[in-house]
Amino acid sequence: MSGRARSVALIAGAIVVVGLAALLASTRAGRTESLADRAHEIAAGLRCPVCLNLSVADSPSRLAGEMRSEIATRLRAGRSPEQIRAFFIDRYGEWILLEPPRRGLNWVPWAVPVVALVAGVAIWMTLIRRRRAGGEPEPAHPHPTRAERERIDRELADLQEPG
Amino acid sequence: MSTDAPPTEERLEADGTHEPATSDRRRSRTRMIAIVLAPLVLFALLLASGLGKDPRALPSELIGKPAPEFSLPRLDADGTIDSNDLSGQVVVLNFWASWCLPCRQEHDDLDAAWNRYRERGVVVLGVLFEDTPEGAMSFRQELGGDWPIADDPGSKTAIAYGVFGVPETFVIAPDGTIAAKTTGAVTYEWLTDEIEAALRKGNLE
Repeated sequence: MSGRARSVALIAGAIVVVGLAALLASTRAGRTESLADRAHEIAAGLRCPVCLNLSVADSPSRLAGEMRSEIATRLRAGRSPEQIRAFFIDRYGEWILLEPPRRGLNWVPWAVPVVALVAGVAIWMTLIRRRRAGGEPEPAHPHPTRAERERIDRELADLQEPG
Repeated sequence: MSTDAPPTEERLEADGTHEPATSDRRRSRTRMIAIVLAPLVLFALLLASGLGKDPRALPSELIGKPAPEFSLPRLDADGTIDSNDLSGQVVVLNFWASWCLPCRQEHDDLDAAWNRYRERGVVVLGVLFEDTPEGAMSFRQELGGDWPIADDPGSKTAIAYGVFGVPETFVIAPDGTIAAKTTGAVTYEWLTDEIEAALRKGNLE
């Protein structure tokens, strides 16, 4: 493995490790959060019906406020976040979810960035390898052939003659 | 990162002339433009197909399902109005507000449908949405109408029916399932069509 490829692999490895750590930390935090935090988390994933592209958590509208208290009431009654989301989906359809559920054709928006990243890294690595496979870098000025050298001498002589 | 230089140099070497160098560079430039433009064009097409749609123009999730129950304090009279007391009848559930303009537009149509069917087992029920009882009563005084209207504290019923905004109108069949729903000002034609269909459905059972 050459130096460049090794550092690329190192960087990629570091990204994966940091990502996994962040994921682990976020799930660990999920276990100790309060009812308000859990209610906020559910509300943040729901789209406010009366204002496009704001979550129920962020919207200042009255309906969103009432939906937040509905979420809190249901959490207090012992419902799971999945049950509460299902309650809203039953009424508003999957429209209410700010993130498309990951199944069927909905996988496209989730998969495209990953596929693009992998493809990009693959192309980059191939280009680096191809450049490396060329061995010694090409000289900036390739040695002229005998015919070319003769022509250069001749033309230089022609140039000097009139001067 | 200039990763496209080496292949050009390699090909230049192989050909041994200078002609192909410019055409190669031109070719790689068109290729680069294509690589950049292709996703942009795809994205633009996606936007074009999506932006023309009304994100709220969805069929109700509740069609054919049991109508959510409600028990609401009446605004036009004392007491509450309970969904259980209305079973066996066709219920036209109209979510409205005094601040909503289409609600004014549809008022006469609702009134006409109510007066045509009130003796035939059909109830029109106005459910107030994001409004004050005072606003509702002055709307009533201004425009008339004598079908029952009720408040919806905490918008619980509106949320239960998946209401996006007002006006929205649901027709509940005598068997307690939701037969139809419409968004925006309801028309007399839509009301009579859906009420007749719900009544027929009720008579078949």
